[in-house]
Amino acid sequence: VSTATTRPFAGAGVAHAARARRYGLWVAAAVGLLVLPQVVHTGTAIAIMNQMGIAVVFALSYNMLLGQGGMLSFGHAVYFGLGGFIAAHVLNLSGRGAIYLPVPVLPLIGGLGGLAFAILFGSFSTRRAGTVFAMISLGVAELMAASSLIFDRFFGGEEGITTNRSKAPLLLGLPFTRDREVYYLIAFWLFVAALAMYAFSRTPVGRMANAVRDNPERAEFVGYSQNRVRLVSFCAAGFFAGIAGGLFAVNYEILTAENMGLTASGAVLLMTYIGGIGSFVGPIIGAVVFTFLQSMLSDYTGMWLLYLGILFLATVLFVPMGLAGVLMLHAPAWRARRIGRLVGPYLLTGALALVAAVGIIGLLEMIHFVAVSEGAGTTKRLFWMAIAPRTLTPWLAFAALVVVGALGVRWTAPRAASAFAQASRPPVAVRAAATGEAGL
Amino acid sequence: MFQLIFFSILNGLVYGMLLFMLSSGLTLIFGMMGVLNFAHASFYMLGAYFAFTLGLHLGFWPALVIAPVLVGLLGALVERQGLRRVHGFGHIAELIFTFGVAILIEEVVQLVWGRPAKSYQVPALLDFPLFRVMSSSFPAYKAFMLVVAIAIFGFIFVILTRTRAGLIIQASLTHPQMVAMLGHNVPRVFMVVFGIGSALAGLAGVIAGPVLGTFPGMAQVLGSIVFVASLLIGIVQTFAVAMDVSVGGTLAAVGVPVASGGALHDLWKVTIAQVAPILPYVLLVLMLIVRPTGLFGTRET
Repeated sequence: VSTATTRPFAGAGVAHAARARRYGLWVAAAVGLLVLPQVVHTGTAIAIMNQMGIAVVFALSYNMLLGQGGMLSFGHAVYFGLGGFIAAHVLNLSGRGAIYLPVPVLPLIGGLGGLAFAILFGSFSTRRAGTVFAMISLGVAELMAASSLIFDRFFGGEEGITTNRSKAPLLLGLPFTRDREVYYLIAFWLFVAALAMYAFSRTPVGRMANAVRDNPERAEFVGYSQNRVRLVSFCAAGFFAGIAGGLFAVNYEILTAENMGLTASGAVLLMTYIGGIGSFVGPIIGAVVFTFLQSMLSDYTGMWLLYLGILFLATVLFVPMGLAGVLMLHAPAWRARRIGRLVGPYLLTGALALVAAVGIIGLLEMIHFVAVSEGAGTTKRLFWMAIAPRTLTPWLAFAALVVVGALGVRWTAPRAASAFAQASRPPVAVRAAATGEAGL
Repeated sequence: MFQLIFFSILNGLVYGMLLFMLSSGLTLIFGMMGVLNFAHASFYMLGAYFAFTLGLHLGFWPALVIAPVLVGLLGALVERQGLRRVHGFGHIAELIFTFGVAILIEEVVQLVWGRPAKSYQVPALLDFPLFRVMSSSFPAYKAFMLVVAIAIFGFIFVILTRTRAGLIIQASLTHPQMVAMLGHNVPRVFMVVFGIGSALAGLAGVIAGPVLGTFPGMAQVLGSIVFVASLLIGIVQTFAVAMDVSVGGTLAAVGVPVASGGALHDLWKVTIAQVAPILPYVLLVLMLIVRPTGLFGTRET
């Protein structure tokens, strides 16, 4: 499922309009990135946006593998982390005056580092696809995790490698001391990297990656080596992951072996999949939502990964096309100007689902309280209320919320579904033309 | 020196048989459904935690039976409600699904039992040294682990080769359509096999918990090793583990440098003990490149 927007039978005027709309979107994105810190300008917001920008580049690079190339990797953070470590070391060298390298160029160094290791590891791992590729990527990830204990100088052991971006020489007199200044650096590289990755997906080699994903045998018959096509995608993905790693090094000024571990690789899989691997915007949405939820949830609960894990499993089971895919499904209704009719049914079902979610969260938090934090008082603050998990009442209340919400969703979901089907039906004239019948 | 090697080989054998119990379930599931179950080691962890909690109330021996059954039922539920739904989306989706299940189980374990390790103890009945060679003793519990693993091995072997149910399972492995034509409910066979595989992992957890530790990271520690073991299932692995432990252990004490000098300063002081944890992964990657069908029989994805 690629993002093909050009239609073979559309006239020249339509194609021109589509191209104009596409350029318009990129310009709008650039303007949005520039204006954003003026709109939300608190320190925390900027910090979260920096984190989001890095995650978006990382997730987009991951989708070059999973979505575009059909390669499931459990070790993509290896290239992110290695790129970051290399960038951090180069930044330290630059700070000491050993080489001249200003901060803005640093992500490129990270990218080249990621690329180098992607060539190294990709040369053997892309010879296989599917499950075997996934297992090799897992093996490489574990290999690097184990090696990080050996190469103490490079990975800095337990405490990692620290660096200082303010010591590097300036480019055009631009300082990078505050988060806001780093934001613009991240925004710049985010825009450039996203544009480059989008362009890559439209080049012949990007298209061949889709072909090899869908039918490797046929791609071979057309005259392409599936191994080489996979290798090129893999290297490009490693390069952009390295850029994200370089941005990470500049932003946080510290890297540890955890940044390239299995958990980091798992996180990028989660965010990409939740966003949707079928389209270019999917990973962007996924990275933004994931980072937002992560930073919001981790303020309130130590179990944020549990909730994100539930969200991930629900995506895999019920909406494998991800959030972006769900949005795309509504394009026909949008074009038919009937999207308004969906608001009512969706709000109803959504509200009931929220009721069930509140109940589930309440139960989980109370289980956690009773099971783990023994003797830490008798009340727990939950949903802005003081709750006593050792009494029966809150358990019954939350269980009732779950039951009511779940039954309500069961009851209203078919209505929402039929409203969706009604709204996305093509207009009468088009339907008549398609079936060959005369319209009324 | 003799005593060191002797105990290393014995320990390697115990560890190897444990890995065998884990990877036999994994291989069974993979061979049958083509699903590489990422959550397999998580079921192993659940087995240990279930047994720990049950053991507090009922004692070790009832827990030894009940905990694997519970884990098996949970595995069957995961297959019925989750995996079967994702099956239509292909192998990659299944792999992603089991990966999600693994994350979820780890988080749920932390939710219910907390982050610190649990003091899951060896039962008092088996808490004595079985025999003594010179100054070192071999605990009876490890012998018990060995006996259980061998019994399970025999059990699987007999079931698969000598019973009607085993015949159906074997046939479903290679000719699922034909078996379905003959009137067997192949999806249900899959569910049962997934449940049995999970129960085996759970049993491995029950008996390994007191020795290897019961903590939320125990699934991740063993997860990748199990995949390696699946590749080299059998004697080879046992020897590799034994060699790993004995050679690594001996040379670590001496601190033999493997390489010296060079641009990478750290290579200089690399000891075999440091290399030991990497070896399984090098092996995994090499095996997958050279002979991915080693584990997977004739089926390649």
